[in-house]
Amino acid sequence: MTDMTLSTPEPRKRRSNWQLLMANRLAAAGLFLFGFIVILAVLAPVLPLPNPDITDQPNRLLPPLADGHLLGTDHLGRDILSRLIWGTQVSLIVGVSATALAAIFGSLIGLVAGYARGATDSILMRFVDMLMAFPYILLAIAIVAALGPGLLNALYAIAIVNIPFFARNIRGVTVSIRNREFVDAARLSGKSHPAILFTEVLPNVLPVIVITMSTTVGWMILETAGLSFLGLGAQPPTSDLGSMLGQARAQLFTAPHASIIPGIMIFLLVMSINLLGDGIRDVLDPRLRSGALDRPMPVTKIARRTKPAATLEDAPALVVDNLSTGFDDGKAITPAVRDISFRLGKGECLGLIGESGSGKSVTALSLMGLVASPPGVITAGGVYVGGREVLCLREQELIGLRGGRVAYVFQDPLTTLHPLFRVGEQIAEAILVHESVGKSEAHRRAIELMDTVGIRDARSRASAYPHELSGGQRQRIGIAMALANDPDIIIADEPTTALDVTVQARILELLQNLRRERGLALLLITHDFGVVAQVCDRVAVMKNGEIVEQGETGAVLRDPQHDYTKRLIACVPELGEGQAFLDRVRPLFVEART
Amino acid sequence: MTAYIGKRLLAAIPVILGLSIIVFLVMKLIPGDPAQALLGAYATPENVERINRVLGLDRSWPEQYLIWVGNLLQGDFGRSYILNRPVLDEVLDRFAATLILAGASLLICSVLGILAGIVSAVRQFGWTDRIVTFFVLIGISMPAFFLGLVLILLFAVHWRLLPASGMYAVYGGGDLPDLLRHLILPAGTLAIVATGVVARLTRAAMLEVLRQDFIRTARAKGLSENAVIYRHAFRAALVSIIPVIGIQTGFVLGGAVYIETVFQWPGLGQMLVKAVSTRDLLLVQGGVLVAATLYVLINLLADVAQAMLDPRLKA
Repeated sequence: MTDMTLSTPEPRKRRSNWQLLMANRLAAAGLFLFGFIVILAVLAPVLPLPNPDITDQPNRLLPPLADGHLLGTDHLGRDILSRLIWGTQVSLIVGVSATALAAIFGSLIGLVAGYARGATDSILMRFVDMLMAFPYILLAIAIVAALGPGLLNALYAIAIVNIPFFARNIRGVTVSIRNREFVDAARLSGKSHPAILFTEVLPNVLPVIVITMSTTVGWMILETAGLSFLGLGAQPPTSDLGSMLGQARAQLFTAPHASIIPGIMIFLLVMSINLLGDGIRDVLDPRLRSGALDRPMPVTKIARRTKPAATLEDAPALVVDNLSTGFDDGKAITPAVRDISFRLGKGECLGLIGESGSGKSVTALSLMGLVASPPGVITAGGVYVGGREVLCLREQELIGLRGGRVAYVFQDPLTTLHPLFRVGEQIAEAILVHESVGKSEAHRRAIELMDTVGIRDARSRASAYPHELSGGQRQRIGIAMALANDPDIIIADEPTTALDVTVQARILELLQNLRRERGLALLLITHDFGVVAQVCDRVAVMKNGEIVEQGETGAVLRDPQHDYTKRLIACVPELGEGQAFLDRVRPLFVEART
Repeated sequence: MTAYIGKRLLAAIPVILGLSIIVFLVMKLIPGDPAQALLGAYATPENVERINRVLGLDRSWPEQYLIWVGNLLQGDFGRSYILNRPVLDEVLDRFAATLILAGASLLICSVLGILAGIVSAVRQFGWTDRIVTFFVLIGISMPAFFLGLVLILLFAVHWRLLPASGMYAVYGGGDLPDLLRHLILPAGTLAIVATGVVARLTRAAMLEVLRQDFIRTARAKGLSENAVIYRHAFRAALVSIIPVIGIQTGFVLGGAVYIETVFQWPGLGQMLVKAVSTRDLLLVQGGVLVAATLYVLINLLADVAQAMLDPRLKA
């Protein structure tokens, strides 16, 4: 189950968990601080400290740095430093024990519920849900009320209210593991259920238990200290950090240090644990890392060594000149598309074709700086709209072109339309961004556009949400949105891929008609030569981030120059071809492999 | 929508019943014989038997539970012998004060937390993000009761700006400005501690949404970055922020226990702590049950709000 069985050395040495943890500066600081506090607490019996319980009335409430009392004395004249270290020991023991109890019982419930499923699962988890339905600390107070105040009872109470967190997390993982192959194998080999649970499932659930422990132990120390502060936990003569603070509160105004010192200690202890806990979680489960997701910037990062000419004479609607885009992983930029060049005239349709991963979409998105960045970077080349280079424009100007002169239609309209806005609103919004018209006027035009793209009963459909429409209708909305500001250029990125074949044909027909009527320049991205043959005047074939062949659609279809093009063309089956299709295609791929 | 609310309300009933069962069972944990404890020196076998019969303690637990719930439904939460007052009256009086405190902190922590979370997501890894992250860390590591004491030392003792205690407005002793003056420190303390979690989760929700396809669509339409973030992204992120606010209610209600003790705020939390030390169990029972029911209802409200924001959830 672990990587330890791998004998071949990996080219880039994987860092151990420990090294990863230490590389995280905050976690390392947390570990250092926590370790220091733990060592102090463990060494309490051997450190040269005065007895923490000896009272000394004449020397009460001495300030810090007083003679013989580094941190001063409390209201009974007891040495605060000594009480602090002993109190820390108690708080640590109680907090860690509560965590261990919650982890043991919570994990057991989670394991059993997740493994057994069915009625056991329902009953256990309903019970856990009930516990969670209480405002956290109030349930602990009710339990302490029943058991009576005391440190041990506070410990039980905090452990009980934390059981649900463990039960829920562990059940989730157990459910996902119980049907994996190695569990089936153990079951078939005749192992008993408890044996499977503890020898097969538990080791795989352990990281989750550790993560949950490391992220809740600070919280539990905080809450037990809280109960002691309220006088419901540690009772004299025992004291933990919380009860020190609680007792010193009466002298808050005359001797604030007696309250502040234990308070700071709780804070430092809990903070160090939280830092360490976050670090452990990041190491054991990188997916949970907070903020690991990068936020895409409004415009793709542009880092071109040489700037292309700002304008181009006699240019058609769209010119792309030696465009290169890559992805920056922090160390190096991996190129995604290289030296892309093509031209697209008014009323013309260019098909950009290639298999998935060939760089079609990156090309399409680069034109208006829409490649998510980070990690995207445009490294070279120029994009000319109406003869003007757009990537050197100020951000605001480039954004102004989007949806105005250059509009996009995306692939899957279910994820590309905003799920929480009515479709009419979304179209009207596109108009309002670019034109200063009233809301009702924008709405009227949105309905008109919906009519244009062939949505029946547009007025009532305008108030529908995307999930209430069919895939074809949604794509029509996407097209209506692209048409909103009468653009010169439409970039359609696989506009029909997510649709049924019949719907696909109708959407293509719609795009085709719009192109003729409005003189649109259409850049159609697809992986389907059938679509290209049907719609495009010219075609550019992409492979591994480069255009390998470009020309009139008819010419390319008749006489493809590049092997890759031949294969793509061959992949369009003809109706009634049957087995012959596979026979025809197979040799092309055998060739390619050798 | 009405149908949805009705459905959620029905679903809340078993949860509230479950709460009452747990509270009932917790009270059964009490070690010792209640009749014996009640009678003290008069605990002759005959007396114990009589008391058990009078209090219904000779019946089975399910019977006892049903009788208890029946009484609760008629508004009879029992009587506090220490305060010599019906439990429900005392709980409701105190509850008003807690609602003011918890409501104010919830408002502050939601507004601040959401703003901080958005700014932190938008300026990811920038200095604002670092500052917010730092405050989040302090918020989740700082004991509320300690922060309260520090703020009292600073604002009430050192600068003499705000009162540290003495809120009587709920008893009709003060007017609104007086109430607000007394509210600033306790509500502020509780809010500071609670803001961290809201900010952290808002940041995560915003970052998640900003990577979605429909955000790219919004950009492709030519929307300004502000419209993309505040109209499109925030609206979608709010759907996952709302339940967090619901859960924060529980945190704030629990945190109020400390804050009320520190600031002498005459609320439910302070009452509960006193009731535990005087072993006034009926009062604890009533207080916890009312607070927990409120928590369930607020989470129900959060569910409804979430469904109103996201039409996909209503189905």
